[in-house]
Amino acid sequence: MPKINKDSALNITFVGVGLCLLCSAIISFIAIQLRSVQENNVVLDMQKKIVSSAGLEKAYGSVENAMSNIKTLIIDLDKGEIVDIDPDSYELAKELREEGKYKFLSAEEDVASIKKREKYSKIYIEYKDNEINTLILPVRGYGLWGILYGYLAIEGDFNTVAGLEFYEHKETPGLGAEIDNPKWKALWKGKKIYQENGEVSLKVIKGSVLKTSNNFNYEIDGLSGATLTCNGVSNLIAYWMGNDGFLNFINNLQKVDV
Amino acid sequence: MSKYSEILFRPVFKENPIALQMLGICSALAVTSKLYPTLIMCVALTVTVSLSNFFISMIRNITPSNIRIIVQMTIISSLVILVDQALKAYDYETSKTLSVFVGLIITNCIVMGRAEAFAMQNPPGVSFLDGFGNGLGYSVILIILGTIRELFGTGTILEYEIFPLVQNGGWYVPNNFFLLPPVSFILIGLIIWALRAWQKDQIEEPEFKMSQNSPEIVPNPPPTPSSKAAS
Repeated sequence: MPKINKDSALNITFVGVGLCLLCSAIISFIAIQLRSVQENNVVLDMQKKIVSSAGLEKAYGSVENAMSNIKTLIIDLDKGEIVDIDPDSYELAKELREEGKYKFLSAEEDVASIKKREKYSKIYIEYKDNEINTLILPVRGYGLWGILYGYLAIEGDFNTVAGLEFYEHKETPGLGAEIDNPKWKALWKGKKIYQENGEVSLKVIKGSVLKTSNNFNYEIDGLSGATLTCNGVSNLIAYWMGNDGFLNFINNLQKVDV
Repeated sequence: MSKYSEILFRPVFKENPIALQMLGICSALAVTSKLYPTLIMCVALTVTVSLSNFFISMIRNITPSNIRIIVQMTIISSLVILVDQALKAYDYETSKTLSVFVGLIITNCIVMGRAEAFAMQNPPGVSFLDGFGNGLGYSVILIILGTIRELFGTGTILEYEIFPLVQNGGWYVPNNFFLLPPVSFILIGLIIWALRAWQKDQIEEPEFKMSQNSPEIVPNPPPTPSSKAAS
């Protein structure tokens, strides 16, 4: 076998192109093989967030069990009514791209700084003995570095918070990202959203909530070093629980059973 | 000790990539706050460095020397992408915790260092062993860090409670400092100290020495006529 000159231009081209083609072929093959498993993981992870926002994991033992008691629905936010759309085909990012499926918010309306609001929203309802036990609503709003995406779970009286969980955000680790801290999230359970007069009062305050405070049921301890993130959380609660958000739907729910 | 076990175990204590060569410190700080992700990271790195050594060594005789770094990088990054994809498919939770640090194995100096220093000169079999040994060396340090940090930071090891926490009615107040990256620096320092107390030959010659304190200050000698002429 003649010894190849490994530094010749021909060999450089050959090795370079050949290696790149080989590597990319292998990677593409593996990526396609694993795609379905990975997508399944993402769906499972999302379900886990939905279930844990309401703290249902313990009650049902597993995410699968909990999901079997949870109904997914698409609602019209303006009318506050359930619409007959297949929940599996619904994707928030797609809704916000398609003309006519969202509306632009004016500066006064846009409390949570999200610019666009979808017409339809995908919500989750957990039933217990044929009655609504928990309502899980998707919420989002601008924090410090980007939009916080999460789920707010409300108990069957449509006023008491069951939990709050963010599944995507870009907040600073150690400061704003403490919104993922289980201790902080636990503060939300049992807090009330609406005052007697129907006003949204739930918010994150600066510092700690005093036990003697008149608004004890409506206030959450602030995260130190994360004032803007906390304001973002307060704003998104105010927006999504208000007229422009889920208030119409909640009012309708109180009138009739779904 | 036979030649092969020498290649395999030398990097664990004698030439540890972290403690002696000071490579791969970045991920040692970042991923060790809990033991489980640490273990996954060790497996990911060991697989990458062994296989990359193996493949790079396999084509070492046809690799043109002026694009060898690119060739090494292509192989290493392909392997890292594979490891990352596999992790996303089979351990999604951990892959989220490790986030970018799996991808950053590409730039981990241990992998490139072994490819350049060992795999380019040696046949595939021993190169694989060398990679595996270095992976073990990295893993030993990371596992020590991960165990200490999780134990003192959260009172658990692999989520199993060792020290009962005050919150759960026990006596241990978790030390949050152990969950922060800088503590790894201190721990690595202590490990290096211990290693060098045991393996004396790892102690480096100091680059500078304090001069002896002499009572008499010798003044600079006056310039000689010859040096004056030269200038």
